[in-house]
Amino acid sequence: MIYAALFYLIAGLTVFCALGVALSRNVVYSAFFLMGALLGAAGLYGFLLADFVAVVQILVYVGGILVLTLFAIMLTHQIAEVEVSNRSVGRLPAAILVIVTGVGMGLAIFRAPWHTAPSGEPPPTTYGIGEAFLGPYLLPFELASVVLLTALIGAIVLSRRELRD
Amino acid sequence: MQQLADSLLQTGFLQGVPTEAGYALVIAFFAFVLLNFIMLIAGVTSWLERRVWARIQSRVGPNRVGPQGVIQWLADGIKNIMKEDIVPAEADRPLFKAAPYLAMMGFFATFAVIPFGDGLVVADLNVGVLYITAVTALVVVGILMAGWASNNKWALLGGIRSAAQIISYEIPAGIAVITVVLFTGSLSMQTIIRAQGWAPWDWFLFANPFLCIASFIFFVSALAEGNRTPFDLPEAESELVAGAFTEYSGLRNLLFFLVEWGNLYVIGALYTTMFLGGWQIPPITEQPVIQGALQFATFFAKSYFLVFVAMWIRGTLPRVRVDQLMTLCWKYLVPITFANLIGAMIWFVLFPNGLAIMRFAMFALGVAVTIYFFSRILFHLRRARPRLRLNPIS
Repeated sequence: MIYAALFYLIAGLTVFCALGVALSRNVVYSAFFLMGALLGAAGLYGFLLADFVAVVQILVYVGGILVLTLFAIMLTHQIAEVEVSNRSVGRLPAAILVIVTGVGMGLAIFRAPWHTAPSGEPPPTTYGIGEAFLGPYLLPFELASVVLLTALIGAIVLSRRELRD
Repeated sequence: MQQLADSLLQTGFLQGVPTEAGYALVIAFFAFVLLNFIMLIAGVTSWLERRVWARIQSRVGPNRVGPQGVIQWLADGIKNIMKEDIVPAEADRPLFKAAPYLAMMGFFATFAVIPFGDGLVVADLNVGVLYITAVTALVVVGILMAGWASNNKWALLGGIRSAAQIISYEIPAGIAVITVVLFTGSLSMQTIIRAQGWAPWDWFLFANPFLCIASFIFFVSALAEGNRTPFDLPEAESELVAGAFTEYSGLRNLLFFLVEWGNLYVIGALYTTMFLGGWQIPPITEQPVIQGALQFATFFAKSYFLVFVAMWIRGTLPRVRVDQLMTLCWKYLVPITFANLIGAMIWFVLFPNGLAIMRFAMFALGVAVTIYFFSRILFHLRRARPRLRLNPIS
């Protein structure tokens, strides 16, 4: 019972924070709501006994990406007063997009065969993940690293003035 | 901890309580005990730091409240609780108020996996070390939030400095942790400790040169991540008033400082776990209670020694500049850690079971360095003594 209550608490928190990200007028508030959403997602991974993924979620997204986002926001002059909204897309196309995505996701949710995780002590997952990365999924793993490396080099090239001129 | 909860549910005073509610009660109890323990540690650390620092700077320090001033921290705490909690008029109220709790949360969560003894751990997670690195990120977010919500230039600059610093130093610290994980094959704190022995030459600090280098890199990076001098740029008093905490007063300010002092202990505990053999004690007794107490004492003494070293460094070294901080991290520590990791991998392939001669050689080297260090100190103390005779009449 407490287990279920905890699950709904964390799930509700995640959804609430995700709504906060989307609906907040102030971009700094959006960023902090994003932290709540990411932490909630990590909690949900924990419920799925995916401890490694949960911790990496916090490490990479909260510790890395979110802090970098906040960093960029805070270095931008008077960003809190800026009216953030996308005027290039009207209400109607947006509504259509929302309905299509909503229906698609709803179908996926109700049709997918859900597995229930066994309760109890979580088995160590890191070993299996490591084996999978260096075994059958070596090529996709390395490709992802190459993509990230390309993005890194691209960022450096874009931001260095002496290379741009 | 689950075993304890189970045994309490079956035989102890929790008999008859539904299983889940029993677990929740046990968790709440542990959280309460740990929170008080942390408050005690952080408080005593604050007093000890001021005393040690004063001694280093030839001052006296707080010595009035209680014998040698040991309960100075209680007086300070009461004073801070009774102070007015001021929120600046132009500040972002909800974020300003939430920030200290976020920092506190990130720091408090680390204690869940710190192993004080063989069974004295709240949760021996399979990803323990990674978990600590991850949840301390919440402290950064808290400091950033404080810096931004204060609506003050100094506070914002402090917050941004803190973010830049912690993000940068997370890389060498993380790679140093990976070097240890390479030799244990597990991220669990207890498994890392069990891979070492009670004797100093069985510690990872002396296991091979690469782990020794990793330990130093880890300590430096951890100090930087904990915003400690010589890396306390986020609250550099001479440049930024009080950095991210400028606008805070009373209890909220105290919470930030609790996080700082408590984090010092977390750094020490993590270092002890990974390099100093954790709670391992020689097999002298079979009595579980005495054994547990000895293990706790060993772990506590080792980690507190490192807290003392951090205080010592704070009293000795000046603060670095921002550019020096970044240069140290990106141009020195990051390349060194990566080269070190590759070296450790080669070592692991060559000697999968470790090399006993190397262990003893490293230990002997460590002892030699320590002896040389103290002999130098004694030499200088002896040399300095005659000059300090200041009474011209006698």
